[in-house]
Amino acid sequence: MVATALRNGPSPVPAPIDSIVEVRGISKTYGNVEALRGIDLDFPRGKLTSLLGPSGCGKTTLLKIIAGLIRADGGTVAINGKRVSAPGPERAFVFQDFALMPWATVTRNVAFGLELRGTNKAEREEIARRYIAEVGLAGFEDKYPHELSGGMRQRVGLARALSVDADVLLLDEPFSAVDEQNRRKFQEDLIRLRTNQNKTFIFVTHSIEEAVYISDRIVLLSPRPGRVSQIIEPEIDRSGDPERIHRDRHYLDTVEEIWQGLKQYVE
Amino acid sequence: MAVSIRTDGEAAGLAPLSNRSATGASWDQPILLRLVSIALFAGIWEVAGRIPVSFAFPTFSDTLVAFFGLLADGSLATAYLSTLQPLVLGVVLSAFLGVGLGTICGLWRTGEWLVIPVFIVLQAAPVAAFIPMVTFVYGIGMTAKTLAVMILALPVIVLNTYKAVRNVNESLLVMCRSFLGTRWQTVAKIILPDASPVIFAGLRLGVAAGFVGVVLAELLITPTGIGDLITFHRSRADYAEMYATIASIIALSTLTLVFLQWVEVRVFRPESRGA
Repeated sequence: MVATALRNGPSPVPAPIDSIVEVRGISKTYGNVEALRGIDLDFPRGKLTSLLGPSGCGKTTLLKIIAGLIRADGGTVAINGKRVSAPGPERAFVFQDFALMPWATVTRNVAFGLELRGTNKAEREEIARRYIAEVGLAGFEDKYPHELSGGMRQRVGLARALSVDADVLLLDEPFSAVDEQNRRKFQEDLIRLRTNQNKTFIFVTHSIEEAVYISDRIVLLSPRPGRVSQIIEPEIDRSGDPERIHRDRHYLDTVEEIWQGLKQYVE
Repeated sequence: MAVSIRTDGEAAGLAPLSNRSATGASWDQPILLRLVSIALFAGIWEVAGRIPVSFAFPTFSDTLVAFFGLLADGSLATAYLSTLQPLVLGVVLSAFLGVGLGTICGLWRTGEWLVIPVFIVLQAAPVAAFIPMVTFVYGIGMTAKTLAVMILALPVIVLNTYKAVRNVNESLLVMCRSFLGTRWQTVAKIILPDASPVIFAGLRLGVAAGFVGVVLAELLITPTGIGDLITFHRSRADYAEMYATIASIIALSTLTLVFLQWVEVRVFRPESRGA
């Protein structure tokens, strides 16, 4: 059978041993549209958690509330036990549309977070170079964003988020503007990167396959109002060849199971 | 640390972009075309002058000779010395004041309500009609001429800067905030660079308007500098000299705009170099 731990209902989930991000009773309304209602979630340290759901379920809103970029109408977000309501150095964001400065080179874009913090030029460029190599862009340091493909631009976005050395990386549908081949490649790289970097990832996606492929934990959100409908922990061995995962029994079963659960929300 | 991520394929795909020799050949082309365009213009002028279109219309060659004559006797240099003072002062003041005001209005609602309507009206108004009024208030000196330059140059600079700052890329602002940028950093590192193409478009229009302003002032307020040279040669029916003077100020205005574009690409938008 499918080896997944399922927990039902929006009731508060008992906190895992070590959770770095704690979301309590978050709600958000846009006009008369209730985007989120009473979200309680814990994000375990060092894990990759995906927020998955159909469009309109408020997954990006929830991510931006955790990032401090959107203010919630009610509820609290705590990082390392400390309540936050604005962006902070312990979180870094990867944007769906990359948000790169077109007038700046790859190096300056990657080092931008450090530049804003006042790190001196030599030091921040040294750090930037390291992370540019880490995401596989060595040799492209002096290129401008318009000279790069979509996939490469998002690697720059990822390197920028890594270079500020935040504990939590927030990724808002990072691959949605990247073509399919590059996305597969990027997902594989992300799995490798995760094992090297001791970071917590919170990942928003609308792709079931993507969520199951890369996540330790999948939070399923249901739309109108956005609520937690299910939490799934796919137990997939990612130590070997990433190509193999796509044919893994557990992988395929979990994808199917989530699809059966989400089907009702698709008109 | 060592993650092996392959980018060979992507690197290969990008190679033609970084290949300078491939783009080098197509670079010479526009310069050649521009020279042909200028030669064509001079040729048509020459023919029109020989027909002649009007007895007051000199040929290109006569105008060119007159131009060197004006250069040689120093009258052109003397004229520019006096014209450039209100022009440079007015344009520089307009540039700083205009970009400053426009930026403040783009960032600050109250400023927008107070200032922008005035400039919208000024831009729509036939501003040359104000020049007699400026003369009435400020007399016939430098102040009046500098003001004439500024009332022509300022509105377009303010309005362009304001619009550019207003329509700055929202996602870059959010990015700057998420990486803990302060208000100042956001303005200096995101808003102004992002707005710079539209600001520079405004500056180019403003500088061109400044040239119009200074010539108008010298024709309408008191005949000095270039305005005087034009009036003087017209009154003596030295049409070749008159056209040479007019052509020289058009050429100067064009060169200034080209220089401005060069500064923009060099300093503010290095990524558009060669694009």
